[in-house]
Amino acid sequence: MKSITVVGASLAGLYAARALRTQGFDGRLVIVGDEHHHPYDRPPLSKGFLTGATDQGQLALVDADDTADLYAEWYLGTRATALDAAGGTVLLDGDRSLDTDAVVIATGATPRLLPGPEPGEPAHTGVHTLRTLNDAQALRDDLARGPARVVVIGGGFIGAEVASSCAMLGHDVTVVEAAPLPLVPQLGDDMAKVCAGLHADHGVTLVAGTGVAGLQGGRGYSDHPDSPDRVTGVELTDGRLLPADVVVVGIGVRPSTDWLEDSGLLLKDGVVCDAGCVSSLPNVVAVGDVARVDGHRAEHWTSATEQAGVAVQNLLAGGTVATHRNLPYFWSDQYGVRIQFAGRRLPTDIPRIVEGSAEDRSFLACYERDGQTTAVLAVNRPRPFTRWRRELMRST
Amino acid sequence: MITVCLIDDLPPGESIRVTDGVPAPVAVFHTEEGEIYAIDDTCTHQDASLSDGFLEGCFVECPLHEAFFDLRSGRPTCPPAKQPVRTHQVSVESGRVLLHVSVAEPA
Ligand SMILES: Cc1cc2nc3c(=O)[nH]c(=O)nc-3n(C[C@H](O)[C@H](O)[C@H](O)COP(=O)(O)OP(=O)(O)OC[C@H]3O[C@@H](n4cnc5c(N)ncnc54)[C@H](O)[C@@H]3O)c2cc1C
Ligand code: FES
Repeated sequence: MKSITVVGASLAGLYAARALRTQGFDGRLVIVGDEHHHPYDRPPLSKGFLTGATDQGQLALVDADDTADLYAEWYLGTRATALDAAGGTVLLDGDRSLDTDAVVIATGATPRLLPGPEPGEPAHTGVHTLRTLNDAQALRDDLARGPARVVVIGGGFIGAEVASSCAMLGHDVTVVEAAPLPLVPQLGDDMAKVCAGLHADHGVTLVAGTGVAGLQGGRGYSDHPDSPDRVTGVELTDGRLLPADVVVVGIGVRPSTDWLEDSGLLLKDGVVCDAGCVSSLPNVVAVGDVARVDGHRAEHWTSATEQAGVAVQNLLAGGTVATHRNLPYFWSDQYGVRIQFAGRRLPTDIPRIVEGSAEDRSFLACYERDGQTTAVLAVNRPRPFTRWRRELMRST
Repeated sequence: MITVCLIDDLPPGESIRVTDGVPAPVAVFHTEEGEIYAIDDTCTHQDASLSDGFLEGCFVECPLHEAFFDLRSGRPTCPPAKQPVRTHQVSVESGRVLLHVSVAEPA
């Protein structure tokens, strides 16, 4: 194999590129990424970067030495528009193309948008999504204009972190969640209730069980009488209107597979892969948020980093010789509380608090099925969490 | 010099976080092999306390993103951490764990 192209220059793509070199690939390595930045870390974007505790330099995933060690050709600010794996080409914007023997797909995910204005119609200013450094910078600048009424649409982890950061900055924050309770799919009712309680603990209003009917905009924004179409409020499906100066839409992501539509690859909520991250074509692997590995698509930092080594091993071997031992793990920091979760729970698994208490916002809960622990949730209990996580990794 | 605790209160495999009398928190480990080591407690990657990490031989795994640090040198052995943590002198005298905090730059 003489040339390999990694598409997506972020966490999973970078770890795959590193793995290619450490596993002995010495051919041409090309890394294509549509963002202009070198790989950086996303988790702080909703946490320290938004509050100002973390600056842009601290987000970098590579320094000059790392980049030199990779000996790669970087095509940054460049979008891959199509893949012809059989013919061995990746098409790039600007009518360019790259010949390649194999491809690592690491294009991640893109925020879902509210069913909004017609295409071509400008969206309201003051409405944000949060995925990229540029998104985070725009939100940070908007929040720096002065105390604002912030409405966060979506009470998932990223929504909750944004709400927490905005509250810490002194803004007046409301979280709108369509489901009766946020985070139920991830944590189950009981534990979701505890986590949802964090909002109220810190003066953030949670409006749950009602959807968003639409956004209102106009010239009513006090500081900026001339700004023509700044968002002014969020209309809810129950008829209520929440006044808003800043709106953050955090209603989930969809895998970035648009560019693969005509590739012949099997796509189904992500690039369909076996347990070794190998796609329906043997010279194409997928890693990170874009990959549906053995029926599961994770959107977690650790999955992206862990999958890379396995995917590369299989790519270089020309077939699946290794599989990814998948124990999903994620963490979230909100309101000064660290939440960590590992395992794979079914909705019927029963959580049991084994140390600490929910009232103190410091506890460890094990999810149990037929007397077996299937997953573990820690709120401000990192030490026992790590032990449990190890235990679960051993037993799965 | 700081008295951290009695050695009996820090059995092999355990760690303790020291915050009093030190410029920055320090993590003290007693390995299964019986060695005692002290390093800066805060991971050089992001915000995690290494005393909460998983001890494996004379290495500790960060509880947040699993960087490994060598307790002897303070150096990380794998990403995402790149910078070493400072190491500190620690000794056991008359059953007490004593910490001599260094102000030197990390190795
Ligand atoms: C605000 C925020 C907070 C988070 N917090 C946590 C957390 O606390 N804990 C946790 O476990 N996880 C967290 N995550 C999730 C974690 O960051 C992701 O799982 C991780 O970034 C996935 O890495 P990836 O490389 O697969 O995808 P991404 O990081 O999304 O990178 C994909 C890259 O590919 C580029 N790209 C897409 N299409 C193309 C194309 N056609 N051509 C070229 N380039 C393309 C994208 O622009 C992007 O740069 C958070 C994510 C966000 C956004
Ligand atoms: S905080 Fe320690 S590895 Fe990230």
